[in-house]
Amino acid sequence: MHVHPKRFYVTVFVALLVFTAVTTAAAYVDLGRMNTVVALAIAVCKATLVVLFFMHLKEQTGMTRVVILAALLWLAVLIGITSSDVFTRGWSERGRPWQQSTVAPVSYSNPSP
Amino acid sequence: MSAEAHHDAALVAHQFDDFEQQKNADSLGMWLFLATEVLFFGGLFCGYSLYRNLYFEAFTAGSHLIKVGYGAFYTALLICSSLTMALGVRAAQLRKQMSLNVYLVLTLIMGAAFVFIKLRYEWYGDYLEHLVPGVNFAPRGEALEVISRFHATVPHVALFFIFYFCMTGVHALHMVVGVGLLATLLIKNKLGELTKGNYNWVEIVGLYWHFVDIVWIFLFPLLYLIGGRY
Repeated sequence: MHVHPKRFYVTVFVALLVFTAVTTAAAYVDLGRMNTVVALAIAVCKATLVVLFFMHLKEQTGMTRVVILAALLWLAVLIGITSSDVFTRGWSERGRPWQQSTVAPVSYSNPSP
Repeated sequence: MSAEAHHDAALVAHQFDDFEQQKNADSLGMWLFLATEVLFFGGLFCGYSLYRNLYFEAFTAGSHLIKVGYGAFYTALLICSSLTMALGVRAAQLRKQMSLNVYLVLTLIMGAAFVFIKLRYEWYGDYLEHLVPGVNFAPRGEALEVISRFHATVPHVALFFIFYFCMTGVHALHMVVGVGLLATLLIKNKLGELTKGNYNWVEIVGLYWHFVDIVWIFLFPLLYLIGGRY
């Protein structure tokens, strides 16, 4: 068992609050497509801080780390494979990217499921 | 002190060799549960990102109809409660019964405040603005202006609100469970069961609490921020 000093947890806490302020402020700045990327990148940083320091990832056994990796892997499979299906059907208004010159845009209000 | 804890036979259930093995088994069990939770919330996040791409304007408009202030406040509140939870685990490690009690009470109050404010003010406000799909979804006035400003259609904005209520609702349900777990810990601490060297109970409830915090860390930008406020 490793007992961290209070300062350790307070530092992580302050970092998390700063990230929250930054991500909220960033939403008010027009960065185009980068707004989404910045918001998610900051969220990933915050989640990493919580897992590493509040949830004591370093002190977990190898077995537990495999479980955590497996969770992330299955999440990637879930989102990756579903997206690869849905986004190649041309349901979005822009159609399939490689057919843009030949296919008329499908209306938002009438996607063909 | 840890060596002492390891040799305290009364703390170790008979199926385990020693305290260390028992603690690792406890943590593994909780992480395994959290892995299933990742996929449980993952389904909602997956659905959200697909429909957000299909009905981009409607999700932007929907995001403008909920208030950033609430989201930021909840995020700060949950981060504070994660700090007190982590300090609670530390107090249990150091066998400080009184300070463990204080940290558990603080965490419980913040968790309960989260659920109360969400239901009493935010959701009730949405209800008054006729923004609850299946109950009274009929945006009017300012809300209707926002929807037309983003060239969105009302049924697709309703879809955003279905995701919003399902995701924050399931998250709030997890908060209620967490508050229940904290109340159990408080009783156990009153009986002095958590500060005899066996801090696993506090540790694994802490893991759960931090996980629920992480879910909110992703819900906040996805629901409240994305779509641009400029």
